[in-house]
Amino acid sequence: MTGTPDPTGTPDPTAVTNPTGATDPTGATDPTGATGTRGATGPEDAPAAAPGTTAAPLHLAVALDGAGWHPAAWREEGARPGELLDAVYWAGLVAEAERGLIDFVTFEDALGLQSAAFHLPDDRTDQVRGSIDAVLLAAHLAPLTTHIGLVPTTNVTHTEPFHLAIGIATLDHASRGRAGWRPQISSRAADAAHFGRRTTPQLTEDDVTDPESVSQPLRALFSEGAEAVEAARRLWDSWEDGAEIRDAATGRFLDRDKVHHIDFRGSGFSVKGPSITPRSPQGQPLVVSLAHATVPYEFAALSSDVVAVTPHDRPGAAAILAQVAEAVERTGRDVTERPLRTFADLVVFLDDEPGVAARRKARLDETAGAEFVSDAEIFTGTPTGLADLLLDWHSTGLDGFRLRPGTLPHDLTAITRSLVPELQRRGAFRTEYASTTLRGHLGLARPVSRYGRAG
Amino acid sequence: MSATAKKQVHLAAQLPGIHNVTVWSDPRSGSQIAIDSFIRLAQTVERGRFDFFFLAEGLRLREHKGEVYDLDIAGRPENLTVLSALAAVTTHLGLVATVNATFNEPYEVARRFATLDRLSGGRAGWNVVTSYDAFTGENFRRGGFLPEADRYTRAAEFLTVARKLWDSWSESDLKADAVAGEFATSGAGRFAHRGQHFDISGRFTTPPGPQGHPVIVQSGESDAGREFAASDAEVIFSKHNRIDVAREFYRDVKRRLATYGRRPEDLLILPTANAIVADTDEEAAAYAQEVSRELVSPQTAIAHLEAVWGRDLSAYDPDGPLPGIEPEDDAHFLKGHSVFRKGRAETARQWRRLAEERNLSIRELVIEVGGRQTFVGSPRTVADAIDDYVQTGGADGFVLVPHLTPGGLDDFVDRVVPILQEKGVHRDDYTGTTLRDHLGLSAAPRPAGWGGPGRPPLGAASARPEGETR
Ligand SMILES: Cc1cc2nc3c(=O)[nH]c(=O)nc-3n(C[C@H](O)[C@H](O)[C@H](O)COP(=O)(O)O)c2cc1C
Repeated sequence: MTGTPDPTGTPDPTAVTNPTGATDPTGATDPTGATGTRGATGPEDAPAAAPGTTAAPLHLAVALDGAGWHPAAWREEGARPGELLDAVYWAGLVAEAERGLIDFVTFEDALGLQSAAFHLPDDRTDQVRGSIDAVLLAAHLAPLTTHIGLVPTTNVTHTEPFHLAIGIATLDHASRGRAGWRPQISSRAADAAHFGRRTTPQLTEDDVTDPESVSQPLRALFSEGAEAVEAARRLWDSWEDGAEIRDAATGRFLDRDKVHHIDFRGSGFSVKGPSITPRSPQGQPLVVSLAHATVPYEFAALSSDVVAVTPHDRPGAAAILAQVAEAVERTGRDVTERPLRTFADLVVFLDDEPGVAARRKARLDETAGAEFVSDAEIFTGTPTGLADLLLDWHSTGLDGFRLRPGTLPHDLTAITRSLVPELQRRGAFRTEYASTTLRGHLGLARPVSRYGRAG
Repeated sequence: MSATAKKQVHLAAQLPGIHNVTVWSDPRSGSQIAIDSFIRLAQTVERGRFDFFFLAEGLRLREHKGEVYDLDIAGRPENLTVLSALAAVTTHLGLVATVNATFNEPYEVARRFATLDRLSGGRAGWNVVTSYDAFTGENFRRGGFLPEADRYTRAAEFLTVARKLWDSWSESDLKADAVAGEFATSGAGRFAHRGQHFDISGRFTTPPGPQGHPVIVQSGESDAGREFAASDAEVIFSKHNRIDVAREFYRDVKRRLATYGRRPEDLLILPTANAIVADTDEEAAAYAQEVSRELVSPQTAIAHLEAVWGRDLSAYDPDGPLPGIEPEDDAHFLKGHSVFRKGRAETARQWRRLAEERNLSIRELVIEVGGRQTFVGSPRTVADAIDDYVQTGGADGFVLVPHLTPGGLDDFVDRVVPILQEKGVHRDDYTGTTLRDHLGLSAAPRPAGWGGPGRPPLGAASARPEGETR
């Protein structure tokens, strides 16, 4: 396994290492630039996995973070920097995303303060600092929404898999089947010092210049992350459907034959089970991960229902899909039984008039004092132009896109009020939600408990 | 209401996820896990102007004779997650989560409570518990458990660290000043702690919510538990089903406060209780009788006895006398249940004496010893009894645990609360917005200058730092 937190960098203000590849908040170490040129050098003959442009449904997710993904976004007119840690701000954003019929929103998180350096804390005061727990935020938004999927990020290195599993199951109950989970490892020594019970590999400047080399010292954390997801999945299955029988005649509330110990033994922890939380509406909430290289592709193949990748053009997308398919093969995953949905991440700056978005980004760069670069391709342009791009890349076999708004709420509103109608006009995006669960939106079945199957 | 002369009755509600406290076989009994149940009960008691909604915690399903215990209601959510959802559908109700200090780490717990306090606009409370056996530990990285003495010192240090983390941001640290380009000060969130259980340092991510510190709740009755409550807690969640014992506990705990420079009103004592309300006292009494038998089925009675006796008693008649045989100390018989804490032999001795004195069958005995304080009668009778209990020094109020989920407090809110309001012992409407406001507690201690986000600094209603946009 290789690859990991992608040091090609985006000013992801919360970025710590992600099990599937996170982002480098500096952007300064980006070896390829973020202009979309990297993908151009990729294999031109990569197989296009899907045919026609609009044959398969196109899915859209939105990645919410702070005031938007540009580090100067909080200083834009229309930003609400004093409210970034308060409920009402997030309620407004998610309501807007739901109006746009978006499949799901993700919430970034970390157990350390944001930093401009991938592997180290900093003392900067000119960027957004401070965050709230993403699972609790998502749960808070659940009763305020009805259809949109809610996908919080959690750390899996310093937390207890049992707590995480019951938290996400509870989110699924609270949202009536709209919970997802983005597990993320943490390699920062500073985060480890917040817990004081283990150390993590100390990365060097050299490590973080390349996604493949940064993944090497983190291999063990990734496999532990995969164990955390496996333990959670078993806990989610540990109550079969119908375990609660309320049989007044025998006085039994539970059928204990349908409630199972999981007896999970991992390299660094073990979990006896069963869960304290009954099986949730989706059975298995949706696991989403972000990946930039081989190690996180394998993590996704083992653990995820959706993998977000970061191609920079159409051939790059096809090449990455081929790598993901290889990882799936290596891990022996049966994708007929457990499909893996693929999304491409894009940072977007959108304005209706050509040229305006690029000028806006340039102005933000100037305010920030550095050009904004990212692990993901940065799109500046019109909603029509973005629709062209999405449909073009979609034809490689990508199931959808996770759009990271450059500024909030501006670029989110452009997605929901301009991009979505444009895609609808082209018959490429839903005109109403056809289901009420996140699995339903993505066309994924509700799995049967593994313990029930075992019989 | 002119309520000034009389002590106020503080009311809270709990939605139970385990134990034999709800009549799950009743056709009116709904899901104990579906979000609708939580919303329904929370909104009902908010309509009744209760202080808070409360959730207990148990981090493992109980087991009996080596198998999952199947007789009682079981299955519960993760507390802070469900309370964060409830914060969105309530406006004033306090939200109190039980969270264990043995199988968690302070950084994460402090962050989650700060988050709940922000999301709810200052309505968070934390019931700090430990754990009583190794059984629960099998679900966690730590594994096993700590010796009992260490669990208490860890809990106390845990709380100390959490307070450091909450205090690591002052209000003036969050600038959000777009013009000057300063989002937060460079020192924001910095902390360090070195002690017996924790050696941690770094920067905390989360500026605290309006209360600064959530309200601290304690439950546990030992001498050590009482001292912990007297020194550190603001609410005690207790369990008494006799008013004389309750009064003794109340006097004892309130007396201990002075040692820590605190006033009697700085710590509220709220025993768990149920109210069974009907048109007449007679109807209520008959229904209460029915409920108590529903809660303790013949199988449940035997299981409870087996837990104490540590041996198979399935051959005994639940409606017959207690077994003549002695308990065996089989700690593996029932796991995850607090019933062991006193020691089997002693508990068995007490139960047998009680059963002989009152001529109780096994089932009657289990109903008697397991019962919570239950107020039974017409709305007037129940209101009078609750008022009397509080005015005569038995409690500062109650955490009501309805015997039906989620509609079990409908009658109480619709019929008893108005009488308590008439009597001037329960608020007509909320007068504040935070849980501390409802409980009449002073603000948590703060670093100089801190007033909490969203409210002016205490005693200095003006001064806001330049550029502070909140
Ligand atoms: C009324 C009451 C409620 C309690 N609720 C919980 C709970 O929800 N979760 C838990 O782990 N322990 C709970 N406990 C256990 C106590 O927090 C404590 O750990 C235990 O009683 C030992 O303390 P003690 O020796 O001071 O009684 C409760 C105890 C009492 C008396």
